[in-house]
Amino acid sequence: MASDISIMLAGFGGQGILFAGKVIAYAGLLDGREVSWLPSYGPEMRGGTANCSVVISDEPIGSPLITNPDVLIAMNMPSYDRYIGDVPSGGVVILDSSLVSGYTPRDDVSYYPIPATNLANENGLRTLGNVIMIGRLMAATGFASEETLRLAIDKSVSARHTDLIEFNKQALKLGATWQPDSEQGAESKPGAGSADTESEMAGIGAAV
Amino acid sequence: MAEKVLMKGNEALAEAAIRAGCKTFFGYPITPQTELAAYMAKALPPIGGTYLQAESEVAAINMVYGASAAGVRVMTSSSSPGVSLKQEGISYLIGADLPALIINIQRGGPGLGGIQPSQADYWQATKATGHGDGQIIVLAPSTVQEMTDLVALAFDLGDKYRTPVMILADGLLGQMMEPVELPETDGVELPEKPWALTGHGNSREKNMANSMHLDPQELEDSILERYERYLVIKQDEQLAESYLTEDADITLVAYGAAARVARSAVNKVRAEGISAGLIRPISLWPFSVDVIEQQVPISSDFLSVEFSMGQMVDDLRLVVDGRKRVHFYGHTGGIVPTPDEIADVIRRIAAGEKVNQVAFRSY
Amino acid sequence: MSTTTESVVSTEKRRVLFSRPKSLSDVVTHYCPGCTHGIVHRLVAEVIDQLDIEGKTIGVCPVGCSVLAHNYFNFDMAQAAHGRAPAVATGLKRSLPDSVVFTYQGDGDLASIGMAETVHAALRGEKITVIFINNAIYGMTGGQMAPTSLPGQVTQTSPYGRDIEAAGYPVKVCELLSGLEGVALAQRVTVDTPNHVRAARRAIKKAFDYQIEGLGYSIIEVISTCPTNWGLSADASMKWLRENMLPYYPLGVFKDIKAGAAAAGAAAAAGDANTAGDAGDE
Repeated sequence: MASDISIMLAGFGGQGILFAGKVIAYAGLLDGREVSWLPSYGPEMRGGTANCSVVISDEPIGSPLITNPDVLIAMNMPSYDRYIGDVPSGGVVILDSSLVSGYTPRDDVSYYPIPATNLANENGLRTLGNVIMIGRLMAATGFASEETLRLAIDKSVSARHTDLIEFNKQALKLGATWQPDSEQGAESKPGAGSADTESEMAGIGAAV
Repeated sequence: MAEKVLMKGNEALAEAAIRAGCKTFFGYPITPQTELAAYMAKALPPIGGTYLQAESEVAAINMVYGASAAGVRVMTSSSSPGVSLKQEGISYLIGADLPALIINIQRGGPGLGGIQPSQADYWQATKATGHGDGQIIVLAPSTVQEMTDLVALAFDLGDKYRTPVMILADGLLGQMMEPVELPETDGVELPEKPWALTGHGNSREKNMANSMHLDPQELEDSILERYERYLVIKQDEQLAESYLTEDADITLVAYGAAARVARSAVNKVRAEGISAGLIRPISLWPFSVDVIEQQVPISSDFLSVEFSMGQMVDDLRLVVDGRKRVHFYGHTGGIVPTPDEIADVIRRIAAGEKVNQVAFRSY
Repeated sequence: MSTTTESVVSTEKRRVLFSRPKSLSDVVTHYCPGCTHGIVHRLVAEVIDQLDIEGKTIGVCPVGCSVLAHNYFNFDMAQAAHGRAPAVATGLKRSLPDSVVFTYQGDGDLASIGMAETVHAALRGEKITVIFINNAIYGMTGGQMAPTSLPGQVTQTSPYGRDIEAAGYPVKVCELLSGLEGVALAQRVTVDTPNHVRAARRAIKKAFDYQIEGLGYSIIEVISTCPTNWGLSADASMKWLRENMLPYYPLGVFKDIKAGAAAAGAAAAAGDANTAGDAGDE
């Protein structure tokens, strides 16, 4: 995929939103493209909503703030409600259908739901719903290859958590290969999967 | 070529400082610069450096004064309200001719303000970083890579001219991650500092770090000597980037994160056939006078874009000096304008309108 | 015996009994007659000479009457912003751990505008020595109320006498700091008599020794005079100091990390052994 892509990731603090954004940005970097990653910061980090913007481009990136994301990755209902209106016509929406349900879909954007949180819990990948979402994004948009994303996971997981790299790659695979018709076993379980993947962000840059 | 890594601006500043030979850091927590201090707290002790969380911004900058007087490369970082507290110490650093790096990751003010990105400290940084006659060098990066690159330059300029240097960024640049190629770690040669207070060892006259001269003549002489150095700085150390300015009827002038938005806007209107360009001052003091002066014969209109009520636009007006029209567009309080907003302003200017506006309100 | 022989004999017997310490510059100070700054400067210089550390000593002078101390001492000196001497000293000492760093601060500098820096330098156990001149008034600015001005004391800014209801209580710095973990030595002395001067010198020596031994923060509070702003003669100032300041600011060791807390407390209550006799004379 050669054209520019802007991605808004949003969810609860603790779902690994910032980490997922970092993996996506690293994939762009590894493909030799310009990337930016911008988190929300401030009081809302403390247990409330978390979001971050990722831009991948072939040109120097202007504002890293995204007002109209090509892709919305929503991991909870408030985030979906807050950002769905910003997605331009023709945009892509990746949903964690374990936690986002009961909405009225727009007919001018493409929906790619996946019960990421439940899948993570059912497959021994608890807290990796975020990476399952990346797999779904990869399958939906082809923004980067699986090989690149596997490398991006290597780069993004902090030195303290290298034992989790393989689980991350399994989650990526699961998200990429999951088919909607297999969804019947995945019920909505709001509140699941709140372990602190975000804590990995504390290690950013420490390895350099 | 070193491998590119993804780093937050705040962390890139810290790592670049360490690689530039700075192993001494004093600071105090404040959003949105805290990652910088946290990085130093983690990275400095294992390499025998000094990280100290001071009891206040006031104490931190005075610890910087002491360490600088001792001759070491030293820095502090803060955000707008914290920099206000540091102003006393910065004035003393100026007066005692002590180099130091001060980082300001700006947020919205006045008062406690907000924590979102802002450029409302331009006046403070370039006109009044403390009481008395004096300036500091102010550098404004606009990418994480440039944040990395300007750190070593800032330390070198500080040592060369014996002056404090500020890197003026904002919450957007501090918080965002971009690919960075870090400078090599070896080969940093720090200059000799024969003026440093290291103990005279009974082998030289005593050294003093002092900003006090009760005799007015002595004080005036000391200031004049410093302003001789300022003249050299103004002549030799202006830094700016020009983008599509050769034929630009409308030249945008923007620094830091605002320049990123302005550049996107230039691209948008260029696609429509409007001849716009961008001058991006990298040194805010000395202000990029020369490159703007060269642009005056070329452009009919200049547009300053800032995350403030309009501060740098004053310096722009001083250079243009009424010869061409100068416009301003901004947002303040932590709101970042969109490229579309700026593009719209450029279109209005191209249509002959005069713009001096923040958000939807003209001033 | 010829006169020549007599002369030779007398030269052989001649000894230097009093001279300017190496660590003091050969300049005229600006201090007023009867001011005790001169005595304390000399004591600091004598101690530094005795320890032979002038080559690695860095002094930090404050804002106040001793703002010009950098002209009077013969080693590297930093001038600090008002109250910030402990922070400047911290920056120096952390950068040059093998140096000897001291601050020389007045009561307004240390106990008012610089109280935060003072308390936190003490809490961190910064390995610095603090010489604290407490004369209960702002001297340089012309006699305003200090944080240590006594209850009822008339100053330019307490013209009806310091009113505790409005202005609060004077701060007893040694008592305050003695409760902090990082403090190695907190001792109050004065320089109104030869015995007290000798005791003050011993205390200052001990404070530098403790720094060199790496024991922590050491402070010597010197109860001092300000004849000019007190409106008294030199002699009357000493009398006023003894009659008014010493009862409020008792001499003694308030904390000595070597002596232990109990012993230090007892010494403080009874008055320091070196000074008790003299104090009793008055």
